[in-house]
Amino acid sequence: MTPSTPSCGNSPMSLLDVEHLRVEFPTRHGVLVAVDDVSFSIDEGEVLGVVGESGAGKSITGLAIIGLLDRPGRIARGTIRFEGQKINGLPKEAMRRIRGAKISAIFQDPLTSLNPLYTIGRQLVETITTHNDLTLSQARGRAIDLLNEVGISAADRRIDCYPHEFSGGMRQRVVVALALCANPRLIIADEPTTALDVSIQAQIIALLRRLCRDHRTAIILITHDMGVIAETSDRVAVMYAGRFAEIGSLRDVIKSPKHPYTVGLMNSIPIIGHEIEDLPHINGSMPRLHEIPPGCAFNPRCSRAVDRCRVERPGLMPTGNPGQMASCWVFDKESGNDGNGR
Amino acid sequence: MTETAGNGAASPPLLEVRWLSKHFDISRSWLKRILTGQPRMVLNAVDGVSFKIERGETFGLVGESGCGKSTVARVVVGLYHPTRGEILFEGRKMHGRSRGTMQAQVDCRMQMIFQDPYASMDPRWRVRNIIAEPIRAFKLAKGRSAIRQRVAELLIQVGLSPTDGEKYPHEFSGGQRQRISIARALSINPDFLVCDEPTSALDVSVQAQILNLMKELQRRLGLTYLFISHNLAVIHHVSDQVGVMYLGRLCEVAAKRTLFNRPQHPYTRLLLDTVPDLDMTNRQRQPVGGEVPNPINPPPGCAFHPRCPEACDRCSIEAPQLRSSEETLVACHAVEEGRL
Amino acid sequence: MGMIGGWLRRVIDHDIFYSFSRSPVTVLAALMTLVILISSILAPWLTPHDPFNPASLDIMDAFTPPAWVEGGMWKFPLGTDDQGRDILATIMYGNRISLIVGFLSVIFSIVIGVTLGMVSGYIGGWLDAVIMRLADAQLTIPSILIALMVDGIARVSLPRELQNEIVIYVLIFSIGIAAWPQYARVTRSGTMVEKNKEYIAAARVINVHPVMIMLRHIIPNVMGPNLVLATIGVALAIIIEATLSFLGVGLPPTTPSLGTLIRIGNDFLFSGEWWITIFPVVALIVLVLSVNLIGDWLRDTFNPKLR
Repeated sequence: MTPSTPSCGNSPMSLLDVEHLRVEFPTRHGVLVAVDDVSFSIDEGEVLGVVGESGAGKSITGLAIIGLLDRPGRIARGTIRFEGQKINGLPKEAMRRIRGAKISAIFQDPLTSLNPLYTIGRQLVETITTHNDLTLSQARGRAIDLLNEVGISAADRRIDCYPHEFSGGMRQRVVVALALCANPRLIIADEPTTALDVSIQAQIIALLRRLCRDHRTAIILITHDMGVIAETSDRVAVMYAGRFAEIGSLRDVIKSPKHPYTVGLMNSIPIIGHEIEDLPHINGSMPRLHEIPPGCAFNPRCSRAVDRCRVERPGLMPTGNPGQMASCWVFDKESGNDGNGR
Repeated sequence: MTETAGNGAASPPLLEVRWLSKHFDISRSWLKRILTGQPRMVLNAVDGVSFKIERGETFGLVGESGCGKSTVARVVVGLYHPTRGEILFEGRKMHGRSRGTMQAQVDCRMQMIFQDPYASMDPRWRVRNIIAEPIRAFKLAKGRSAIRQRVAELLIQVGLSPTDGEKYPHEFSGGQRQRISIARALSINPDFLVCDEPTSALDVSVQAQILNLMKELQRRLGLTYLFISHNLAVIHHVSDQVGVMYLGRLCEVAAKRTLFNRPQHPYTRLLLDTVPDLDMTNRQRQPVGGEVPNPINPPPGCAFHPRCPEACDRCSIEAPQLRSSEETLVACHAVEEGRL
Repeated sequence: MGMIGGWLRRVIDHDIFYSFSRSPVTVLAALMTLVILISSILAPWLTPHDPFNPASLDIMDAFTPPAWVEGGMWKFPLGTDDQGRDILATIMYGNRISLIVGFLSVIFSIVIGVTLGMVSGYIGGWLDAVIMRLADAQLTIPSILIALMVDGIARVSLPRELQNEIVIYVLIFSIGIAAWPQYARVTRSGTMVEKNKEYIAAARVINVHPVMIMLRHIIPNVMGPNLVLATIGVALAIIIEATLSFLGVGLPPTTPSLGTLIRIGNDFLFSGEWWITIFPVVALIVLVLSVNLIGDWLRDTFNPKLR
């Protein structure tokens, strides 16, 4: 497995560096901030899980990185650096060369990720030849290799099948193969297993982990399912209302979460073997983009909120546990507080 | 697990399903079949399912896509007619010949909560009319003010405010809509609720709220639930008895603790293996390959045999029946033969 | 009054109204349609005389050119025709007929089309097949042909006095009957989508009668595309009516519509009295264009759904 040293960014070897990213959507009701001052970095071969509820802004973050933000959304502030080079604000042609070749994406619905009119062989070959200089037969050979690698049996026959002839799990494997065509350094996977059955989810998760290890590909895994994160990630970032609430190594965030939201979230997940009458839950729900309260976005629902939380917005700060950061005033050195885990 | 009524006689279970089968004819139209020479195609969505639910209990039905659990829910609640088998509510048959009266009596005692909080309410109706629809259908309250009062009570009961009745569904979040669905279901004071994946479309923290609400309502109102889900952890949290389905058949039925601590059927073990390890125990896994086969063309014999590590020749010929083994009902030749 | 104010506020706040106010072309088209609508309703009070009342006509006024041309009078701003009728007044009355035929024929189509389409989509099976084949058959016969057939039958079988009275009903019927298939198709596909949604299942669980389900749940949710079709349908109906009148099988010269006017004026086009044809043509274009533009905007607004 890849080394699990949690990297908090600023390492010169980082594959991807995101600094103070802010994504806005101007609407008739005003400017909605979908991603607000998000910073993180990823090393080569690392899996970063970005977890949060629907509307938290995790998909938008992924789209912003890969340059697929739909208008009127735009990156208002911040820099995204890939292999040291700034990629936000690149002209379309340059971005297109990076996208697919260096940074690749896997989306949720395998049904709409594949063109139903072409065989998967044709789609694979097309992607391979776009990014590599290979003859058609060489590309076809590579496509068959990729299909074998993602676990599709009888690949040389099935390469000429259409997407509808595959089941959901198989289709998602084809999508993974497509993402791997050009040997990307980074894959952004947006809810790759949500539409699949649980037993197939386990298979796809195992596949992603193996590929990450074999190819030293980094993965940003975006999902709302904490279980998927627990099975795949090295580090976890928890998003709430467009901001990072917490970031740290997998074990730290899951077993000893620091931010009150993460604590509440982990408590509310039912676990087999834990017998409780009622699940502890957080009252209320995540605010919509146009109703984000001032100060800390979580303060109306937080049992530990103090006056400062309602006024001043906390940034990510150290929690006392190396490598784990949370955006909560409880950990502010001046207040002299500590964080309590679960 | 049968209750005894006051007079000493055992009261029948609230719901009993006996050998329920539901087939869907998915053949193409008559003309096309004649022209292309295709045979009739039948989808056996549910094949010989039997179980019992006692009053006040929660029966969890779990399985992956295509296993037929949603179809079972819809037959139980009356949306489909069973092809074979019977459903008994308090010991009386539900789908009799005179569908009108029998059904109406039973419908008043049974309601359903659906999975999709966005599609389960008419987007053009105000919330108070949505909740009042069953009240009006069964004429349980007369007059606008009586209905309004009842709707207000129900909204408070599910944790919303009476003023929310004036709004439209799109003004609410997924979790709030599910609360409205629950209020609608409770409006006719049912005894029995069929819940078809009620929290699958909700975020985890909202799911916890809804599950807690449902448990509280069960305690307060003495409800009985048939709870359907594909999420084992949720099933573990809410159920008293659990049934595992695969391709239209029941593999295993047991009390919750028995099923989760000592699963017997290979498919149950596979399912439990896929549950994510949130306790970070780094436990060992045995990944089982393959996918759920197409329900139109199920494998012969035991439907699970192509993926089963314990399969033998008998499994591909003869479909196993639910038999008692320790405290569980299991349909597996390997268990029956003592190989497991 | 407070309710109307509240409702008005909700309409103005709505996304659809916002998109409407952002499109100057559509606002202009809506204003134009409103002007035409109001002027045609208030025609009896706005015009100096009733152009269809022979008693109010003076043959000496015939062939008066428009007011700004030499020889014209401001009493007849757009000139007069061969019988001394004021062109502007006739246009206003003609608009009336166009609008009445347009709206009523569309309402007729919608009633038939939505009912058949909804029943077809909800019940399915052989009934669905029969209704759809009926629709296909209907589509092979254009409205003009139907109008000619019905008109021919009517002329043969009915006495003369009755003919003129029922002409407008013949028009409404023939234009309406030709257009129902498109509403039926659109309603049928909408019904098939809504039928599978869970709120319909929830209503079936409590044994709501299928007719009630169709009336109270399905109709409100499938009317959107129908409204778009209806708006464009009104414009189309007006053109068809004008065509039929132009061909001589529509409204007679005694109660002319815009089409009839154009036909009458055609004879005089090249003898110098150009205004008898040109102004009704312009009026027809403006009316149809305005309604069409509103229909276009409606279609763009509903697809994709902004809500």
